[in-house]
Amino acid sequence: MATAAERPRKLGRLERPALTGVLVREIVNYSSYWRSATFSSTVEPTIYLLAFGFGFGSLVSRVAGYDYVEFVGTGIVATAVLFSSAFAAMFGTFIKYQFQHTYDAILAAPVDTEELVTAEVLWVASRAGVYGCVPLLVSMVFGLDPSWGMLSVPFIGFLAGFGWACFGIMIAGFAKSIDNFNYVISAVLTPLFLVAGTFFPLDGLPRWAQIAGEFNPLHHCVELVRHAAFGWEGWSDAASVAALVAFGLVTWRVAIYAMERKLID
Amino acid sequence: MPPPALPLLPGEPGELAIRLRGVVKRYGPITAVDRLDLDVPLGTCVGLLGPNGAGKSTTMRLLTAQSIADEGELEVLGFRLPAESKAARAQCGVTPQLDNLDVTLTVEQNLLVFTHLYRVGRSERRAAIETALKLANLVDRRDSRVDKLSGGMRRRLLIARALVHRPRLVLLDEPTVGLDPQVRQELWALIDALRAEGTTILMSTHYIEEAQRLADTVLIMSHGQRVAAGPPAQLVAEHAGSEAVEVYGSPGRLTEVEAEAAAAGLRTRRTGTSISVLGVEGADGRAPEGERRPANLEDVFVLLTGEQID
Repeated sequence: MATAAERPRKLGRLERPALTGVLVREIVNYSSYWRSATFSSTVEPTIYLLAFGFGFGSLVSRVAGYDYVEFVGTGIVATAVLFSSAFAAMFGTFIKYQFQHTYDAILAAPVDTEELVTAEVLWVASRAGVYGCVPLLVSMVFGLDPSWGMLSVPFIGFLAGFGWACFGIMIAGFAKSIDNFNYVISAVLTPLFLVAGTFFPLDGLPRWAQIAGEFNPLHHCVELVRHAAFGWEGWSDAASVAALVAFGLVTWRVAIYAMERKLID
Repeated sequence: MPPPALPLLPGEPGELAIRLRGVVKRYGPITAVDRLDLDVPLGTCVGLLGPNGAGKSTTMRLLTAQSIADEGELEVLGFRLPAESKAARAQCGVTPQLDNLDVTLTVEQNLLVFTHLYRVGRSERRAAIETALKLANLVDRRDSRVDKLSGGMRRRLLIARALVHRPRLVLLDEPTVGLDPQVRQELWALIDALRAEGTTILMSTHYIEEAQRLADTVLIMSHGQRVAAGPPAQLVAEHAGSEAVEVYGSPGRLTEVEAEAAAAGLRTRRTGTSISVLGVEGADGRAPEGERRPANLEDVFVLLTGEQID
């Protein structure tokens, strides 16, 4: 048997076994609720697609040079990513902390808050990457042509989902009660969701709103997905990737800070 | 950087699994743990006994670095906390007071998750789960969802879950709180089996009988401080003597008995329905008439932590 003297006294940060442990917990749990999660992640964007695609589509046939169904079908990917990441992270984190006391058990194991948050985010972001593809598949039924660029959509969904998952955990970390989420949903997520270029292009908005749109991570996700489907646009896309990476990094660190404050006293 | 003083070999007599010195933990104006010293020698079972709010759960949280002490030294299995806590946690098993099992998963899935969280090697996982199932007496229920289990089964699973990686130290926070006497006895048997295997245990409890039966050493806490420590029998002899007289009667009569005993230089405690007059073994004629019984840890507990809980 190894003695304390032979073992490393201090284990490292972001260790793989710790991340794996938390991920395994999520994956095993997913086996018990994947049906409902998949149902809502599929049905929700489909309803948006039908409502806007056919509702607006009957008024306007072409937007920004695309068929309206193509425009919305690609835009809705960002919505699916947002719903399956920010919301899942906010509610999931709060429930696991407040009601199930899951994090008490995990932090009593050789897992630190930084690893816990990172693993949870990786899991939510991976799911968002997969669920983000659903609207594209649904749109194909309604006439969207497949293209090679669409193969990058899961990765775009993962990248955007990473930031939104961190954002959700951060909000859950700062929230005193689950009711606080109402403020965030109404005042932050709803406007960002509507003014992301999903349902109408931002070009028609006043100048200040267009500039504000550049700070909306969801807008960058919409742009990337659309360009992945219909043709890349070089530097503009690189800038969008950079914006999503920056969004992810900042929210990641803030989420860890918020959860450390909440979990360690 | 390895520190100059290395811990002794595991199992060597006298080595401490837990060593706390002058530990203070404050929450705003409240001092939850107040200059606490605690020693848990390897291979022993130590009971942390105290009323609700005495600081037992905070002490437990300090040992896994889920609370960070404001002052004092903490060592767990030779690792200094909080800096080296993760290495210590890898060798500890923790049973929390609040059930935090994944209720939509099966018994076996819950154990599987913990073999990963506690880094049990791939080749040993299967055997670790089987051992835990046997220990918790849940082999037949391995495929049951946790929300279909009885309260006692859930508690057994909660303890077994803490043992999948064969920890050197087990922390049990109120392991039998809120359970039927039958279920409690079942858990005592389980804990006693662990103890017999040589696992070091720190158990917090406010059930005196639990501490008396299972603990080699008891530490009584009140208001975050240690008020007494030692083997249960020794604490009883030291603080409550060997025999007590239980006097029943009307409230007026009980007050009289209290006064008489005080006048005779005997200590008393109220039990709610009676007065226990303590240390009557050498009192000859001074002791009041009543039921004679051996002194117990509850006498010590009430003497030291007060009759009223505030």
